[in-house]
Amino acid sequence: MEKFQTLTALVAPLDRSNVDTDAIIPKQFLKSIKRSGFGPNLFDAWRYLDHGEPGMDNSKRPLNPDFVLNQPRYLGAKILLARENFGCGSSREHAPWALQDYGFRVIIAPSFADIFFNNCFKNGVLPIVLDADVVDGLFKDVYANEGYQLTVDLAAQIINRPVGGAIQFEVDSFRKYCLINGLDDIGLTLQHVDDIRAYEQKRAQQAPWLFQ
Amino acid sequence: MAGKTLYDKLWDSHVVRQQDDGTCLIYIDRHLVHEVTSPQAFEGLRMAGRKPWRVSANLATPDHNVPTTERDKGIADPISRLQVVTLDRNCLEFGITEFKMNDARQGIVHVIGPEQGATLPGMTVVCGDSHTSTHGAFGALAFGIGTSEVEHVLATQCLIQKKSRNMLVSIDGVAGIGVTAKDIVLAIIGEIGTAGGTGYAIEFGGAAIQALSMEGRMTVCNMAIEAGARAGMVAVDEKTIEYVQGRPYAPKGDLWGKAVIAWHELKSDGDAVFDRVVHIDAAGITPQVTWGTSPEMVVSVDGKVPDPEQEPDATRREGMRAALKYMGLAPNTPITAIEIDKVFIGSCTNSRIEDIRAAAQVVNNHKVSKRVKLAMVVPGSGLVKKQAEQEGLDRVFINAGFEWREPGCSMCLAMNADRLEPGERCASTSNRNFEGRQGQGGRTHLVSPAMAAAAAIHGHFVDVRNM
Repeated sequence: MEKFQTLTALVAPLDRSNVDTDAIIPKQFLKSIKRSGFGPNLFDAWRYLDHGEPGMDNSKRPLNPDFVLNQPRYLGAKILLARENFGCGSSREHAPWALQDYGFRVIIAPSFADIFFNNCFKNGVLPIVLDADVVDGLFKDVYANEGYQLTVDLAAQIINRPVGGAIQFEVDSFRKYCLINGLDDIGLTLQHVDDIRAYEQKRAQQAPWLFQ
Repeated sequence: MAGKTLYDKLWDSHVVRQQDDGTCLIYIDRHLVHEVTSPQAFEGLRMAGRKPWRVSANLATPDHNVPTTERDKGIADPISRLQVVTLDRNCLEFGITEFKMNDARQGIVHVIGPEQGATLPGMTVVCGDSHTSTHGAFGALAFGIGTSEVEHVLATQCLIQKKSRNMLVSIDGVAGIGVTAKDIVLAIIGEIGTAGGTGYAIEFGGAAIQALSMEGRMTVCNMAIEAGARAGMVAVDEKTIEYVQGRPYAPKGDLWGKAVIAWHELKSDGDAVFDRVVHIDAAGITPQVTWGTSPEMVVSVDGKVPDPEQEPDATRREGMRAALKYMGLAPNTPITAIEIDKVFIGSCTNSRIEDIRAAAQVVNNHKVSKRVKLAMVVPGSGLVKKQAEQEGLDRVFINAGFEWREPGCSMCLAMNADRLEPGERCASTSNRNFEGRQGQGGRTHLVSPAMAAAAAIHGHFVDVRNM
């Protein structure tokens, strides 16, 4: 997994609550058996004016000029500012894959859906929960200032703003450790092979029907 | 010391180790696998030279991409076909049991787990699919995971997790005639919202939940994720045990007796403390219909489409306006005045035998309305289909003008050929009314099987209580 330490980047605002995983990456693109290449179809139904299907040349498709990510001032954004319950719906990891493939490394919102939130950490994407009024303030700042950038420092758990001072954020200590070091969960778990085997032995005695 | 909740008991019995910060390694008893969220996980295993930790804990079936007609011709879409073939190859290579597309036992993964007895009380059950919460109906801890976690379970039989908080949703009293499990869960989501259960594991309890069949409990737990909770569950009782007994993967002989004794403990202690408790009076629940693009946008069938101008919160108001625009609905339209183009009876929420019986009972001796272009029934598994046919239910639907299809996820998410065209409006027994969910530009109204059947006959929503 790609490490995440600090990031200074342009911020794009997605001003909608309950953005679901079907909106982030529509189901026709889930047919891929690969992990990469989902970026061009991120928010496909909102981003393009035509109906997208796998295998199309996305560079030739008509863009929806009203969709925020198509506005020139947000090109190259790596921080996505969002509203409440971002990532609700399915467990598809294609959602964080698409966001990451597009270039986003940080998503800031007042709340996230649990499975999506968890999936982000597995893919080097940092979801940050901030109070709704703080997020609201950031939306106002982004709209008012073209080229608005933030600096996210994961080690210090701080977001530095150009004006208005730093914002502290919470992050689970274990997830932070894995993200900063780019650690693979499976490798970590396999350090505890003996514990897993011991559990299985004990459990097989208590509930043998689970080990038929 | 306070007693334990059902969730506490399930969690505690699966902790392999705990770190100082509370992060746990928990053991997974059953891993269900389908074609959409597994190929990258198997690829990861191969690249790292790893093997599944415990092959027998896995059970696979293709469900999202499979066609619901003319199976003998295979899958027409080459990309869908490749995904299903990839599952077949991966299961063969790693020795995992798979019910392939043309196996009589194939079906939606959340239907076949319980049907086979592969889902048992007291288990941890995971799958790369958010509707894995369904299996909690058996007093199991069941939740959806992403593909990285699918690979993690394959490689280690464990997951790295932090414990959620406990929520009890108690549906008290007796539900009225015509009010089903689907109406109960939609009413719950309407009450607590789509993020109301975020960070919680929800136990559904109360007299109205106890009164539900296992199929009904599965419908309720299925949509726990639509209330934001990864896991929903119901305590074990005699109905649970009766349902499991004799199923192919269920314990037999002496082991059965031992298991039943252990399963009787799978309920919250009387003095258990929940972090949040919600009480809803069953008698106040009516048949529900969603009007918007989030499952919390739901009203009673005798209600009206709400008016965003009456909503004081600005973000919510904007969300309602966007939803009404997408849905092509005007505020204050009576729900029963909404005309529909298609009807879908199926999905992991409502495709079990009881759902099909309920719909058939409404359809019996009626015809599908002329304004309905397509009404389809997609049983949840090959075995559900067979049972329904033995009961003659297929004839009831076919005689009325419904299409009777092969099992799969079908038009719940339209990954196969079954979908809505732009602007089409559907009465659907599925679980998500998100924009584009059933086809780009398609408009979904979530309802119970009986309500979907009634809408098919009339061409618009009607209150099943009046039929």
